Amino acid sequence: MKKPVIMIDGNEATASVAHRLSEVIAIYPITPSSNMGEFADEWSAKKQPNLWGTIPLVVEMQSEGGAAGAVHGALQTGALSTTFTASQGLLLMIPNMYKISGELTSTVFHVAARSIAAHALSIYGDHQDVMACRQTGWALLSSGGVQEAHDFAAIAQMATLKSRVPFLHFFEGFRTSHEVAKIFQLTDEELRQLIDEDLIRAHRARALSPEHPVLRGSAQNPDVYFQMREAVNPYYEATPGIVQEAMDKFAQVTGRQYNLFDYVGDPKAERVMVIMGSGAETAEETVKYLTEKGEKVGVIRVRLYRPFSLEHFIKALPKSVKSIAVLDRTKEPGTSGEPLYLDVINALVEGNRPGIKVIGGRYGLSSKEYTPAMVKASLDELKKAAPKNHFTVGINDDVSHTSLEVDETFKIEPEETVRCVFFGLGSDGTVGANKNSIKIIGEETDNFAQGYFVYDSKKSGTVTVSHLRFGSKPIRAPYLIELNEANFVACHQYSFLERVDMLKYAKPGGIFLLNSLYGPDEIWDQLPVEVQKDILEKKLKFWVINGYEVAEKTGMGGRMNTIMQTAFFAISGILPREAAIAEIKHAIEKTYGKRGEAVVKKNFAAVDQTLENLHEVKVPAKITSKVTRRQSVPAEAPEFVRNVLGEIIDANGDNIPVSAFPVDGTFPTATTQWEKRNLALEIPEWVPDLCIQCGKCVMVCPHAVIRHKVYDEKLLANAPEAFKHMPSKFKEFSQGMAYTVQVAPEDCTGCTLCVEVCPAKDKTQVGRKALNMAPQPPLREQENKNWDFFMSIPDLDRSLINPSTIKNSQLLRPLFEFSGACAGCGETPYVKLVSQLFGDRAIVANATGCSSIYGGNLPTTPWAQDANGRGPAWSNSLFEDNAEFGLGMRLTLDKHSEYARELIASFENELGKEFVAAVLNADQSNEAGIAAQRERVAELKNKLGKSSNSRAKDLVSLADSLVKKSVWIMGGDGWAYDIGYGGLDHVLASGRNVNILVLDTEVYSNTGGQASKATPRAAVAKFAMGGKGMPKKDMGLIAMSYGYVYVARVAMGANDQQTLRAILEAEAYDGPSLIIAYSHCIAHGYDLAKGLDQQKLAVQSGYWPLYRYDPRLADEGKNPLIMESKEPSIPLSQYAYNETRYKMLIQMDEARAQKLMEEAQHDAKSRWTLYQQMAAMHYGNGNGKNGNKE
Amino acid sequence: MPDLSTTYLGLNLKNPLVASASPLSKKIERARKLEEAGISAIVMYSLFEEQIIQDSIELDYYLSRGADSIPEARNHLPDGGLYRVSPENYLKQVAGLKKALQIPVIGSLNGYSRGGWTNYAHRIEEAGADALELNMYYLATDPDLSSSDIENIQVELVAEVKSAIRIPLAVKISPFVTSVPNFVRRLVEAGADGLVLFNRFYQPDFDLEELEVVHTLDLSTSADLRLPLRWISILHGKINADLALTSGIHTSNDVLKAMMAGARVAMTASELLLNDSVKRVEEILSHVQTWMEEHEYESIRQMQGSMSQKAVKDPAAFERANYMKVLNSFRELP
Repeated sequence: MKKPVIMIDGNEATASVAHRLSEVIAIYPITPSSNMGEFADEWSAKKQPNLWGTIPLVVEMQSEGGAAGAVHGALQTGALSTTFTASQGLLLMIPNMYKISGELTSTVFHVAARSIAAHALSIYGDHQDVMACRQTGWALLSSGGVQEAHDFAAIAQMATLKSRVPFLHFFEGFRTSHEVAKIFQLTDEELRQLIDEDLIRAHRARALSPEHPVLRGSAQNPDVYFQMREAVNPYYEATPGIVQEAMDKFAQVTGRQYNLFDYVGDPKAERVMVIMGSGAETAEETVKYLTEKGEKVGVIRVRLYRPFSLEHFIKALPKSVKSIAVLDRTKEPGTSGEPLYLDVINALVEGNRPGIKVIGGRYGLSSKEYTPAMVKASLDELKKAAPKNHFTVGINDDVSHTSLEVDETFKIEPEETVRCVFFGLGSDGTVGANKNSIKIIGEETDNFAQGYFVYDSKKSGTVTVSHLRFGSKPIRAPYLIELNEANFVACHQYSFLERVDMLKYAKPGGIFLLNSLYGPDEIWDQLPVEVQKDILEKKLKFWVINGYEVAEKTGMGGRMNTIMQTAFFAISGILPREAAIAEIKHAIEKTYGKRGEAVVKKNFAAVDQTLENLHEVKVPAKITSKVTRRQSVPAEAPEFVRNVLGEIIDANGDNIPVSAFPVDGTFPTATTQWEKRNLALEIPEWVPDLCIQCGKCVMVCPHAVIRHKVYDEKLLANAPEAFKHMPSKFKEFSQGMAYTVQVAPEDCTGCTLCVEVCPAKDKTQVGRKALNMAPQPPLREQENKNWDFFMSIPDLDRSLINPSTIKNSQLLRPLFEFSGACAGCGETPYVKLVSQLFGDRAIVANATGCSSIYGGNLPTTPWAQDANGRGPAWSNSLFEDNAEFGLGMRLTLDKHSEYARELIASFENELGKEFVAAVLNADQSNEAGIAAQRERVAELKNKLGKSSNSRAKDLVSLADSLVKKSVWIMGGDGWAYDIGYGGLDHVLASGRNVNILVLDTEVYSNTGGQASKATPRAAVAKFAMGGKGMPKKDMGLIAMSYGYVYVARVAMGANDQQTLRAILEAEAYDGPSLIIAYSHCIAHGYDLAKGLDQQKLAVQSGYWPLYRYDPRLADEGKNPLIMESKEPSIPLSQYAYNETRYKMLIQMDEARAQKLMEEAQHDAKSRWTLYQQMAAMHYGNGNGKNGNKE
Repeated sequence: MPDLSTTYLGLNLKNPLVASASPLSKKIERARKLEEAGISAIVMYSLFEEQIIQDSIELDYYLSRGADSIPEARNHLPDGGLYRVSPENYLKQVAGLKKALQIPVIGSLNGYSRGGWTNYAHRIEEAGADALELNMYYLATDPDLSSSDIENIQVELVAEVKSAIRIPLAVKISPFVTSVPNFVRRLVEAGADGLVLFNRFYQPDFDLEELEVVHTLDLSTSADLRLPLRWISILHGKINADLALTSGIHTSNDVLKAMMAGARVAMTASELLLNDSVKRVEEILSHVQTWMEEHEYESIRQMQGSMSQKAVKDPAAFERANYMKVLNSFRELP
């Protein structure tokens, strides 16, 4: 029988085995392992059974620590249980892992191995997380590719049941977890042959049960703990043998043989590499290549890393070996060598193989490419008389000089492999289309195939690069397609021509396909010089299609997927054209059939029209263009921005040497201003005649690209001709002031929120407002000049601005600008508002999540600075500890301020009694007071700056702490409601003056919309595919129960004034405050341009009551709870069913949707009633002191 | 006791009170209670072709939006393919109502493309509907399209649907046609077994504060009865199809008037949506019965068409002369 062959990624390949071999699965989202949990959840939701016919129970926990705890419990009661995780998640599981191994419990955890957050977070792959577990007593089994991830998931399960040692099965995050590859699928029948059911029953028999009670988890004393720790030794000694047995049995059943250590290469090799993971795959292919060329080299691929079998390792090592290079995909600062290196040295010593020279090296951290040339560099190093030890490969370390020279021209890929690179936008469906294409090639032809996808770190305007390979031989190349190697390069977005060097990938004689705004006869002259040059020099065949026009005609909108996929098949000739079209249409039906006939039809139409509009360009013989590619960063940008950040923007980050970087992860702020992404097709255009100067547009803009200023009209003398202005209507300021609303044309994402919120309508034509969307290209240059002039106008003195009204507050300069957040993001307007109100004295602790990615992901930083160089200081610690992290900041500020106050009191003679009193008694409740205190601090520094007195020096170093600081603890609901809730609760209870802003999108937005405890009843989310059955946790109510926490629930779209007031009050309150902010999100499934309207409906339906709970009112004998939204006036369904997250449940299960909606309606009503009753309570005369606080 | 029974589209009904196309049929339990209370047939809420297409396009758009576009998320909404955007749910409801009820269930279809009309009509029949009501909602906004163009399209559609089904077909029309009798006759010739007068439109309103067009759902009142009453009176006996009056049926008197005008059935939704539907059905039917007893009517059939234009002493009462009479009836107050 022919073995089933599938195109699948590593996560799905692993989960498909894990789900079939489990009864209880506890999950928690973390990149890059989230998809394994998602698949498991989805399959159980679809009632897909395990190997024994029962559907695994999948439960989402509040953290990875929680998931590990739940698995531990499930195991102790006899279930086959698993979980999936990575990185910080795995670190959180470590305490339980010790327990599970200490109790000799059979289980497999599947890990998409990822970097650990150190100087910075990284979601990409290496072995740092796994290496942090090597002391836990778990077996560590390493997969090097998608087939192995699939196979080892089964082998790990076989071995753990037999050995009783728990297994951590790991593979590289992204490189393997996200690579789509052609693999042989393990059938249920094969799995049945592999798994010994008697061992499952033995596992069950060891379970805790009151029917045969035992106790596990005792506490022990010095007399016995040690002995029991040693009692497990025989199990660990037996494990390698058991794993090999399992591998042998696996080979019998499937024909695929693995060994604990697989040696590949010349049997008489002298130079050998030891390596594990996907790098070993590259090493194996390179060694084979070099061996064929006559080099005496080999590689040992490590499969079972723990327990490390000395015996098997020594057996695998040829006797001829003279030197070994051990490659570790991890970093342990301060160690005498990375772990695999130390293990090898130990093995040689204990295994009595003296005289072999061993060097260790690091490679591939955070998915850094590891290519055949790098493998060769490591083996070549062994030829040297004094090879570098503790080297690095793949980077240029010009600081410690650890790096090896790599010959970039060394390539080993077979000529017959076809390599294709596609450039697209995240939103145009390019990656999806390529996944589909490679699936067709892999499953419908005899070709072997591989797909890998690279993204930048933005959430809007993401550039994606798809790397596809296929050919008649197995593809064993876990690295990106290299420069000058691609047979086919496609550009799916015309605008990339001016900023992305795509043809560097093209192989001479290859094909270039462009989604073009111009036809085959006009396009040539439109291309930048560099592109023309590459086409001519590389003799590329050049094809164009106007995909935009086809998309427009066929209702595809901005999605180029089907069109460009069809063009690819039509040109490349992988399949006969007719067959290819049939396959594409078949895939369309399969993918979209359930979404309805209309969707299938429009995709079919796109296929047909593509073929009619695809043209080969007759390439002229010479360069004719006068335009060149644009510089990504302007010449006037600071040096670091030009030389480091600019290189990252240009996708040259790999070439930046170590010396260019800060040593401790510290980066300058205010750098997004230099990264002009030019995303919007339309931007808002201001009509001064209609403008009422309300500032609402400025407030709602998620990217701070629309701003208003009041300024002295004399400044207009230097204004560009097209600069728009009108007389200021702000009565607070002196006469003769002008007013302008200005848009940054290359930073705007075109989300339209500003136009939506604009209340000023033309009385003769209400569809025309004071802001209207207009095509960007004709405005681009003019508005760039206007923006530059606008920014050169000085901001008004903060102390003149009363921030309590919207229009005035929006005169304060945003110190959070041009982030990479989604177009129309519902979170960033709140973040930006905080930056305007308090940014020049704010410290931000930011939980990991969307806000830490758009706020802190390289290359550039949206946290900005004012004209004085002041601005928010920002940091991200972890996901789970953010509240505590922020509290720590507050404690320092308080302590330093206290110490400075103690110190200053002893300098009355030097500073003057009055001056000291003024500093100590300064009223800093408003901007003027703060400005005055800053002046005093400057004076203090001036007076004591030259003093040699150590206490004076201390005072100077702490003097800034005398100016009031504002601590903001920010993050999403995944942090606040779930993983960080314990800490958040404790910080609230502490009574300290911190401000907590919860950007409540009601799901884990950053990892793709998994349910949190903030997810509302009746909404569909990942891990709640059947609609969440339980109501949203009422965190505000819990916080109110302390009595001394300021609490507000806000929705800017429903009541911007209430939002502003709440944020001002929260900051002014000298105690903990919690603001829960409704944040519309892409994961809600509707047009975010209507986000503000949805916020209104959320409030009108009673779903999101607005309130402020101000403990200070209780001191005045007033009820602290002020309801600020009216009684529900519309049914919940009127709000909810505008959103796909609710609506799709009707399309899945109408009866359940109805039931949950009724219950959710009841939730809203009862919550409203409860709040109303609380707000109506009588608080007496000032006896309600919130004196719980110290 | 007077005989309340009537026939409509060849269906024998125990009385003329029918639940019109509305959310009343969304829940089987509610429909069952209406049946118990005495309603004689139920027209289901409409299957909107546009709605299915829009749902389909929307679901696709939002499931695809942001998918495969950032490294940390495959997509942003779970896409396990468990959903189904198709008329399946509607068809399931037809079958469910048929199973739960003894009274006839009339499917309702609202669409605009030929493919949609015939395909869905056939599937509604297959799901078990006793008859089908087509809702011919079309708002002409294109100055290049003449009234006859529009009428021709609609007549053709009726013929096409009729040929696709074997169950009786009723057509719900708009009052905004130049010649109601002519148009109606053409529909009947094309195959309509019944006509439902009239479709009510949700008319947009203006919000003067926000300067926005707003859509509000105003339920009918008894005053809305007049328009269909007039046209049913005029059409009764002139066309070979059953007439149903919808819009403005709120009381037993409204039902009686509808019958006297010549309707076979009186359809109501607003009255039942606004109030305790079971109680209102019982009350209306009981009052009809009492009225008939008090006025010594033997049967509904006896009164059907008794005040149609053909039957009244003064046929001009339904025509333009009536307009002049009303105006003249106003007297100057002293």
